Amino acid sequence: MRLTIEGARVIDPASHFDQITDLHIAAGHIQAIGAAPEGFTANQVIDARGLIASPGLVDLNVSLREPGYSRKGSIDSETRAAAAGGVTSLCCPPDSRPVLDTSAVAELILDRSQASGHARVLPIGALTRNLEGEHLSELVALRDAGCVAFTQGLNPMGSNRILRRALEYAATFDVPIIFTPLDPSLAEGGMAHEGPTASRLGLIGIPESAETVALARDLLLIEQTGVRAHFSGLTSARAVDMLATAQARGLPVTADVAAYQLLLCDEDLNGFSSLLHVMPPLRSAADRRALREAVQSGVVQAIASHHRPHEPEVKRVPFAASAPGISSVEILLPLALTLVADGLLELPALLSRLTTGPAAALNLQAGQLTLGGAADLTLFDPAKACEIGRNWLSRGANCPFIGQGAPAAVTHTLCNGKLVYQAN
Amino acid sequence: MSALPEVGPLLEQMANHLSRYLKERQIDDPAFVGIHTGGVWIAEALHQQVAPNAPMGTLDIAFYRDDFEQHGLPQRVRPSELPFTVDGRHLILVDDVLMTGRTIRAALNELFDYGRPASVTLVTLLDIEARQLPVRADILGASLALPAGQRVKLTGPSPLQLTLNAATH
Amino acid sequence: MTQMPQHLQLNHQGQLRHFLTIEGLSRELLTELLDTADSFLEVGERAVKKVPLLRGKTVCNVFFENSTRTRTTFELAAKRLSADVLNLNISTSSTSKGETLYDTLQNLEAMAADMFVVRHGDSGAAHFIAEHVCPDVAVINAGDGNHAHPTQAMLDMLTIRRHRGDFEKLSVAIVGDILHSRVARSNMQALKTLGCPDVRVIAPRTLLPDGIEQYGVRVFNDLRVGLRDVDVVIMLRLQRERMQSGLLPSEGEFYRLYGLTRETLALAKPDALVMHPGPINRGVEIESEVADGPQSVILKQVTYGIAVRMAVMSMAMTGQTTQRQHTQEAN
Repeated sequence: MRLTIEGARVIDPASHFDQITDLHIAAGHIQAIGAAPEGFTANQVIDARGLIASPGLVDLNVSLREPGYSRKGSIDSETRAAAAGGVTSLCCPPDSRPVLDTSAVAELILDRSQASGHARVLPIGALTRNLEGEHLSELVALRDAGCVAFTQGLNPMGSNRILRRALEYAATFDVPIIFTPLDPSLAEGGMAHEGPTASRLGLIGIPESAETVALARDLLLIEQTGVRAHFSGLTSARAVDMLATAQARGLPVTADVAAYQLLLCDEDLNGFSSLLHVMPPLRSAADRRALREAVQSGVVQAIASHHRPHEPEVKRVPFAASAPGISSVEILLPLALTLVADGLLELPALLSRLTTGPAAALNLQAGQLTLGGAADLTLFDPAKACEIGRNWLSRGANCPFIGQGAPAAVTHTLCNGKLVYQAN
Repeated sequence: MSALPEVGPLLEQMANHLSRYLKERQIDDPAFVGIHTGGVWIAEALHQQVAPNAPMGTLDIAFYRDDFEQHGLPQRVRPSELPFTVDGRHLILVDDVLMTGRTIRAALNELFDYGRPASVTLVTLLDIEARQLPVRADILGASLALPAGQRVKLTGPSPLQLTLNAATH
Repeated sequence: MTQMPQHLQLNHQGQLRHFLTIEGLSRELLTELLDTADSFLEVGERAVKKVPLLRGKTVCNVFFENSTRTRTTFELAAKRLSADVLNLNISTSSTSKGETLYDTLQNLEAMAADMFVVRHGDSGAAHFIAEHVCPDVAVINAGDGNHAHPTQAMLDMLTIRRHRGDFEKLSVAIVGDILHSRVARSNMQALKTLGCPDVRVIAPRTLLPDGIEQYGVRVFNDLRVGLRDVDVVIMLRLQRERMQSGLLPSEGEFYRLYGLTRETLALAKPDALVMHPGPINRGVEIESEVADGPQSVILKQVTYGIAVRMAVMSMAMTGQTTQRQHTQEAN
């Protein structure tokens, strides 16, 4: 399949490339940027005038819900949703059922995702067996089976000592560890940010210190063990401040925030909508402002969807009884583009947070447009506003943005040179 | 389409009528009950003239109306106040304008929830000949036929005066 | 996004059609509620304590949390309005095994329920039902989690108004576990909306919610300072669990510091009202002699509760009826 994309504004943040030009693709790779190679005739030409061509988005946190949670989603349905969102490489967390703590599960996920063929899936393995926080998983075996990093998610480790040893082991083999800092006893029972809104709504609060106490511990152990570390889903201004300080001291820690955390805050909880129940929680407007500034400055170099699709029944209950999570991988780009519309970032910088930023955090071969490299591309129309939710692909419709307008929409997504998504 | 009568002379007439009526029936210890708001003014006036020592109560029939389904609770509801026992009492129930008869029906229902009166004598200032229920004043000031779409209203408490309005529903 | 409380609770004419929370309701509406409740109080003094307002209507008490006291006052209130009453006591364990909240209520609506009175352990449950389950059935919140208990607040307001008059001249103290109290939240909102200039909360820091200043109240950690010259004292119940979860060391220390005794009550105005939403914990938050004493109106609160609930139910039914007609006329 030989494909030419004509006349797009091609932006590759990694190489600071930003030009209107043509792209020529064959055998899954970018064969030429600019003039077509000798003797190259395309089977298909995409007229991309007026469109932006970006490297395919890299989303570091996307729940596929398979194996084990078929009512919420499957590898096929959720990678298809991802493709519609312009995501060509995604990392899925290990909280499937069974947990991703054996190479068999990793292989299952990789086989299924290859068979579906909508996006590249880069699994994240469980740091401990069954995520129980006691016994180390076979990190090397899992890495060899395809896991690109390891995490406990929101599950606690049995003790600081177990955590330290796990990090040392991981550091031995240079495998990255992903942290979502949340102290379980400080967060216990809570479901919303501890603040005036939660107080007024009678919701048990999770104090900011639940994140910062765990973060402080994590940063010190990272420094002690030298493990490669990435923080996924920070929520508070104080946490971002601590991260920046660590980075300034030379600690090579990276971070991502959930796209929805840049747009929503705890004040939005006023109608008790269970669609806004997420974990870790939406924090104050001041925290949101700090997260946005951190994305702007690059202290936070990646924006991820933190996609968590759910069946309607677990959201069609009072807030306190609902399952946390927002389904949003298919609107990662439109949500992130609001930051450009708000003047927070220029387009190339924003695209960097969605491509090379996340890829660099986990040292992934993705998020760049290079000659001879994989043809993973996203095309979108920056001038065409659209309504979110008209053709919703994820099995989970639990998204508070459905029905709202978005500044742009993905028109085409290519993965490995193949058109995996095309807007109607 | 007669002109609206003066309230003063009507009250004189009704007071005389009522005194005679009570004497004929040997009712010497009645209690007056006025229906908010106009009926209370009329009841007070008659009460002064006919039996100033008799007890006087007020009734707000809001909770007994038959149109809750259509209109819900009215905006202002006042407590009813009957400072006497209803059981075995001869009551003089007073309202300003008898129209369909539904207000009186509601008032009777409410009175009977207080107890079992010995009798109820109905006194109204006006009957505008628009009854939908078999209710009739025992003592009536005047009968008045109104043109379609017109209502009559008693204003007060001082001076008491009848005025015409357009109907609201 | 979901609706703010005031739009959900009011119909297009600004009449009450659900009663979920004090938040978002105007002073005029709350005053109208109190005035209507006054009329219903009079009904309670007659031989026949019924009026036919809700005759032919079915009121379902759907209680997911056990509460004999609140449920029976709602039941009495509905019966005094001549409604038919259905009582459903659903313990949380049976719901988790069986029907969802959503399905339970939808089935009741299908059985022609005209009104739901709901008590539930989750904050926001009443909102959820009003917004997502049965928007056309009046929902009365009988207490949802830690969030709101608006009928309790209104009966407390009626008590204060009947015994102390104008809110604008009063000083009111709420004492105890504010953090976990839906009664406290609703009371603070009601008092401020009705114009009370001095609302005080008295509690240790562990029992005060974050951001309590948003209610416009004065915070005291010392009972002996906070009670000075108040006109009304509202004591809150202290539950045993609070000692287990590290919020307080013991009942004894709480009683010594925050208990309403004859000695501490004397710091308030000489005729200060003593109130408590019940059930009272004698010797934990309040001395028996005070609970039973001459300044206590705790038992009267129960009577006022029936009248307030009658008022709430009639007004909400009115609001639903008017809304339904408006919708029909529009179509």
